[in-house]
Amino acid sequence: MAMIAAEAEPTYLDNENTIASWLLTKDHKRIALMFLASITAFFFVGGFAATLIRLHLATPNGLLQPSMYNRMFTMHGVIMVWFFLIPSIPTTLGNFLIPLMIGAHDLAFPRINLMSWYVFNLSGLVLLYALIMGGVDTGWTFYTPYSTSFSNGYVFAAALAVFVNGFSSIMTGLNFVVTIHRLRAPGMTWDRLPLFIWGIYSVSIVMLLATPVLAMDTLLLAVERFVGTGMFDPLRGGDPLLWQHMFWFYSHPAVYIMILPAMGLVSELIACYARRPIFGYSGMTIAMMAIAILSFFVWAHHMFVAGISIYSAILFSLTTFFVAVPSAIKVFNWTVSLHKGAIIFDAPMLYALGFVLLFTIGGVTGLMLATLGVDVPVHDTYFVIAHFHYIMVGATVSAFFGGVHFWWPKMTGRHYPEAWARFAAILAFAGFNLTFFPQYILGNLGMPRRYYTYPAEWQSWNLLSSAGASILAVAYALPLFYLGWSLFYGKRADPNPWRATGLEWLTPSPPPKDNFEHTPTVLIGPYSYDPESDRYTTQDGVSHA
Amino acid sequence: MPSATIRPETQYATLHQQGEAAQLGMWVFLATETLFFGALIFTYYLYRISYPEAIAHASEDTVLWCGSVNLALLLTSSLTMVLAINAAAQGRRGAAMALLLATIVLGFCFLGVKGYEYAADYSDKVVPAVNFTLKPGEPPASELFWIYYFVATGLHAIHVTTGLGLLLYVFWRLRQRRVTAAYYAPIEVVGLYWSFVDTVWIFLFPTIYLAGRL
Ligand SMILES: [Cu+2]
Repeated sequence: MAMIAAEAEPTYLDNENTIASWLLTKDHKRIALMFLASITAFFFVGGFAATLIRLHLATPNGLLQPSMYNRMFTMHGVIMVWFFLIPSIPTTLGNFLIPLMIGAHDLAFPRINLMSWYVFNLSGLVLLYALIMGGVDTGWTFYTPYSTSFSNGYVFAAALAVFVNGFSSIMTGLNFVVTIHRLRAPGMTWDRLPLFIWGIYSVSIVMLLATPVLAMDTLLLAVERFVGTGMFDPLRGGDPLLWQHMFWFYSHPAVYIMILPAMGLVSELIACYARRPIFGYSGMTIAMMAIAILSFFVWAHHMFVAGISIYSAILFSLTTFFVAVPSAIKVFNWTVSLHKGAIIFDAPMLYALGFVLLFTIGGVTGLMLATLGVDVPVHDTYFVIAHFHYIMVGATVSAFFGGVHFWWPKMTGRHYPEAWARFAAILAFAGFNLTFFPQYILGNLGMPRRYYTYPAEWQSWNLLSSAGASILAVAYALPLFYLGWSLFYGKRADPNPWRATGLEWLTPSPPPKDNFEHTPTVLIGPYSYDPESDRYTTQDGVSHA
Repeated sequence: MPSATIRPETQYATLHQQGEAAQLGMWVFLATETLFFGALIFTYYLYRISYPEAIAHASEDTVLWCGSVNLALLLTSSLTMVLAINAAAQGRRGAAMALLLATIVLGFCFLGVKGYEYAADYSDKVVPAVNFTLKPGEPPASELFWIYYFVATGLHAIHVTTGLGLLLYVFWRLRQRRVTAAYYAPIEVVGLYWSFVDTVWIFLFPTIYLAGRL
């Protein structure tokens, strides 16, 4: 009887079909899909700029004018950081899954959620305006006094775009924190929350406390640029380093805004595909919160050669080392979780394994950069570029793709084609390493970042990197086609195709508008998988064969 | 019963839960606001330490009585605000509306005094990049003080204006009997915001008006 009733109920996708029912929706699941559309568009705009950069760097003489090259790497950085990576997992999978995973019927503030999407797109339009009018050549870091007094790009509009974008981040983070605090289903205690929720919770705190500082920083920059005040102008007594301090107070934590939700997400995938409980659940939650808190005390490691005092440099080097401890705990726990598991190598798991490996490489090279003696020579070289791309692209984007595949049946009610997905995952891993590993070597040889040319003897490494980028581009474009195909021709998914344990798998795929017919009651923690007998128990306490 | 028409939104089981979520939401929002203004006040102290004389010198040119009257206005408005919340919680609708109205009037008076002060600042030629002349013997870095002054008080005035909009909205909801003793979270939440706006002024006041006078 219950099955018939559940099937008769329209899903969130087809309960209303007008355009207004989408544009004015308060349903977190629809808003998640709208965010997915927006950030996918920005991902390909930012990717287009990356393609031009790698094409240009394939030969020492390049194909772009120097000023155009500067505009391309700025556009790539600004779009990828604020318009793809930071919103990527939270606004799409977070938005979709938080209420489903904690057994709620929506987020706490559905109107604020919708407004966040509009504000995000508004800021995107302001940025596109800046790009079309002539672009910005400062790099995504907008360092003063170049950005305020000398740059002839559209710095004001770009700073405004980043400022407005921050409101979207804050609205989303606020909604998530309140939802996780106040709307958990009966029995969903803090120690029974899926690790993805912990990842989102910790990232929301970072978003809420870091974003306002960037907002103030960009506001002062915009005022200086627009009215001509001298807050950052050394000629008038201003301090250009002030910009950097406030910028990195946000932008270092921003890296953790990108990685924390990915860490939570990958924990879900590893447990499900290894058919084993996550090793050290509480260690995982503590590590995520520790990373969130420590992220606020490391910002000046970006400024070791900017002229800060040697004593504060030593201090910030030390705090940066501390971050390695919780990060290593997580890598250790993921690895142990795989041990003696009955591992299934489906596409989401391939992405998850890629995440662990690439995050480890990116993290270890991060430690090298945290060391004062190493940082001074390799600062502002391709070593740094390779390091943060291993974290932001190798880790975060892998996790994002893994998550999109894993929850695709839940979001759309359709299966993706497994063979194509595995092929894309492997291609992405190969293309990524081919693109970015040579950049470690180039950085070590001394190739500076943001230069539009280089000596001829570095061409082979650059060519390798550009070749890898073309593979990566194919791997990232492929899902667009086969996932789009699956929307119409994919096999229909049942409520729990992966035999996973979270509450989101108790409701039909795709879920009805209000998520659950009855608010579920939670009896146990997540990840009750048994690798021996192949049984698993969903969080409502029901055991399945 | 008019209060029977207030129902929780679908994601909430009870009105009580909805009210608690709204309160937590406002506290979290105020945390972000604290970081926002905190970053600005941080820049102030950076320059205060770098250029103590210039900042003190510039601070003496602020209109002390305007700042002080405004401090009194906002503190009083916070009192009427909490009394309004109290009255709403006890179901004294008329009193709540009267007190809310008093809060709104005090808020508008604040903006009036602030506007007058801006006009005085303009004729004193202390508006950076717009109308700014250094007084004889004044160090150039004093311009940094005036940037801080206009950004800080400007942002604060925007917050006061937002607060007034929220107060008018709650006033209207009280009139409509959509805020009652059974569900008065909206007025409580707006009250939190108004107290924050007041608190910001308490922090801005000494940095702006007292730096050169103590
Ligand atoms: Cu950093």
